[in-house]
Amino acid sequence: MTDPVAISVNQVSKQFGQGADAFFALDQVSVDIRENEFFTLLGPSGCGKTTLLRLIAGFEHPTAGHIQLHGEEISHLPPFKRPVNTVFQNYALFPHLTVAENIGFGLDMQDKPAAEIESTVTEMLQLVQMESMRDRRTDQISGGQQQRVALARALAPHPRVLLLDEPLSALDYKLRKGMQIELKRLQLETGITFIFVTHDQEEALTMSDRIAVMNNGQILQVGSPNDIYDRPSHRFVADFIGDTNFLSAELVESSSEHAVVKLSSGKNLVTGPTEATLNNVVSITVRPEQAVLIDDLANADLQGTVTNIMYSGTDSHFHIELPSQEEFVAKVQNAGPARRDWETGQTVGIKFHDNAVQIVED
Amino acid sequence: MPDDSPSLSKYELAARKQQTRRNLLLCSPALIVLLLAASGPLLVMLFYSFLKSGNYGGVIYEFSLDGWLNVFLVRDIFDDVLKVADAHLSVFWRSIKLSAMTTFTCLVIGFPTAYFIATRPRESRNFWLFLITIPFWTNLLIRTFAILELIRNNGIVNNLLTDLHIIEQPIQMMYTDFAIMIGMTYVYLPLMILPLYASMEKLDFRLVEAAYDLYATRIRVLRKVIIPLIKPGIVAGSILVFIPSLGAFVTPRVLGGGKNLMLGNLIELQFGQGRNWPLGAALSITLLFIVMATLLLYVRYSQKGGVQHEQ
Repeated sequence: MTDPVAISVNQVSKQFGQGADAFFALDQVSVDIRENEFFTLLGPSGCGKTTLLRLIAGFEHPTAGHIQLHGEEISHLPPFKRPVNTVFQNYALFPHLTVAENIGFGLDMQDKPAAEIESTVTEMLQLVQMESMRDRRTDQISGGQQQRVALARALAPHPRVLLLDEPLSALDYKLRKGMQIELKRLQLETGITFIFVTHDQEEALTMSDRIAVMNNGQILQVGSPNDIYDRPSHRFVADFIGDTNFLSAELVESSSEHAVVKLSSGKNLVTGPTEATLNNVVSITVRPEQAVLIDDLANADLQGTVTNIMYSGTDSHFHIELPSQEEFVAKVQNAGPARRDWETGQTVGIKFHDNAVQIVED
Repeated sequence: MPDDSPSLSKYELAARKQQTRRNLLLCSPALIVLLLAASGPLLVMLFYSFLKSGNYGGVIYEFSLDGWLNVFLVRDIFDDVLKVADAHLSVFWRSIKLSAMTTFTCLVIGFPTAYFIATRPRESRNFWLFLITIPFWTNLLIRTFAILELIRNNGIVNNLLTDLHIIEQPIQMMYTDFAIMIGMTYVYLPLMILPLYASMEKLDFRLVEAAYDLYATRIRVLRKVIIPLIKPGIVAGSILVFIPSLGAFVTPRVLGGGKNLMLGNLIELQFGQGRNWPLGAALSITLLFIVMATLLLYVRYSQKGGVQHEQ
C-alpha cells in the first residue's frame, strides 16, 4: 500500500555560524517522504522547516547527514543538478521575461528543443488556466495569477519532487482557499510528490496526506492530519495544532497496549501506551470538543466552577476552574442536543469522550 | 500624475499655474548657472571656430572655414595640396579606441567588485563603498603621478620584476597606449562600480536562486538573469566612464608623454603651442558631437534590447 520513498532525509543537521555564534537550524532530522505524497512541514517561524526545504532544493548543504532522492545521494549536488523544483514564497518570477518565457525557462536551461518548450508551456498554461496571459509581463498580472505562473514554471520541467515554500502566505483569505483546492488538484493530476512548507496549521490539516510538525530544528511528530490532531505525541504538537487543554495526571499503569492515568479528581482513565515512567506525573491533553458538561458530579471525570462563557457562533466555550487550580475549556455545540444553559459560578461535572485523553511529552 | 482634465475649475488651473511659476523661480539659479557656465562658453567656442586664427594665438574677427577644414584636412606646406589629416584622425581613433578599452576593462573589473559589495551584509556595504571613494580624496594629477611611479622604467613594478630575475630589461610601459589605458581605468573605475552597485543592490537574489533551481548553470544565471536585470547599471556606468575618457587630458599627458595624444591634448595643443584657436574650437565641438552620437547610440540600444522593468 505505501508508495516507495521519494526523498529520504537521514540524520541531517545544519549549523549556521561558528564557535559561540553557532546555531543549529536543524538537529539530526530524519524523515522519509513517499512518492505521490502531499507532505507538509509545519511549524512556527524559525523551526527549521524552510532550512530543510532549502537543503532538499540544494540552496544550502547539510553540515552532517544525508539526503537521498530515490536512493541517490544528492546532499552536495548544486540546485541545477537536482530534478527538484521550488515554488518560492514571493514567487521570484523573472521580471524581464513574459509569462510564457518564465514557464519555459527551466526547459530552455535544459536545452530542450524549441518545439517541445512551446508545447509544454502551452500545456502548463492550460493546467493553471492562464492561456490568455501568455505574453503578459509578470508585473501586469495579479498576485493570484503570479502564483499560478510560479507553479507552472516549477512544474514545467516535470520535477520528481516539487517544493513549495509558504506559497500561499502572500494571498488574501479567499484566494488562498481557492489555491488550496487548486494545489491539491494539481498534485493529484500530476502525481508529483509535493513538499509543502507552512506555518498555517489549518492549511496543513486540509491539504496534506502527511504532516511533519517541527520545532527548534527537530521533527516532533510525523503522521496523517488525523493522527496529528487526535494523537499528538508532544505538548508542542497538541498546542500548535488546534485548541487544547493540558492537565497533570499520575501514570498508574502502563503496558504495551494501554496506560492508565489518575486525574487530580482521583478518577482513573485509560489511554494509549506511553514510554513515560510509572508513578510519575505526566501531562495529558484533551481537546475542548472532546468533553461534555453534566450535572451528575459523581459520574463526572472532573468537576469545577464555570468562570467564563464565550459565545462564538457555532459553539460556546465554557471556562471551568478545577480544584487543582488548572483551567479547563469545554466547547459545546450551540446547535447540538447537549445541555448548555450553565451560568458562571455554577459547579459542573466534566465527562470526557472515549479515547479523548492523550499523554504528551513535554 | 495630475492631468489637465477639462473638469478642473478655473481657480484650480490658476493655482496650478502659480505653482508652476513658483517652482520655476526656485530652480532659476541652477538654470542660470547652467546657461551661463555651460552654454555660454560653448557658444563662444562655436563662434571662434568660424574665425581666422591670429598669428600669436587669439582670433581675428573675420569669417573663415579654415578651423573646421583643418579638423579633417591639412594643407601641405610645400605645394598647398589638401590632404586628409592623418595625424588628427589617428588621435580621434586612439581616443575612441582607448576609451572603449577603458570602459570594457572597468566593466570587467568593476562587475565582480560591485557584486561583492552588493552581497555583503547591509551594515558593511557602506564601509566598502567608502573604500571605493577614497581615491577621490586626492587630486587627479597626484593619482596619475602615483601610477607613473609604479610603471616607469625604474618604477616599482619593473624594479620588483628585475630583482626577482623574472625580466632582464625593464618593460617599457610608460608613454604607451597601455599606460594611458591603465591610468584611465584606475581613475574612472569608481564611476563604473557605483552605478553597477546601485542596480545590483536592487537585484532580488531570490531570482538568482530561482534560476539555479530551474537548471541554469552559474554562467547562464549570469547571462540570462543577472546581466539583463542590471543592464541599466551597466549602461550608466559605461556612459560615465566612456565620456570622460574620451576627453581625458591629464592622464594621457602624464602617462602618454608627447607622442600618444588624445583628443583633449590635441585641443590643448591648438590653444597653446599650436596657436590655432579656431581649430581648437572646431575640435572641441567635434568632441561634443562624438559624445552626443555615442549617447544617442546607447539610448537606442538600451531601448531596443533593454528590459523595461520597474523596481
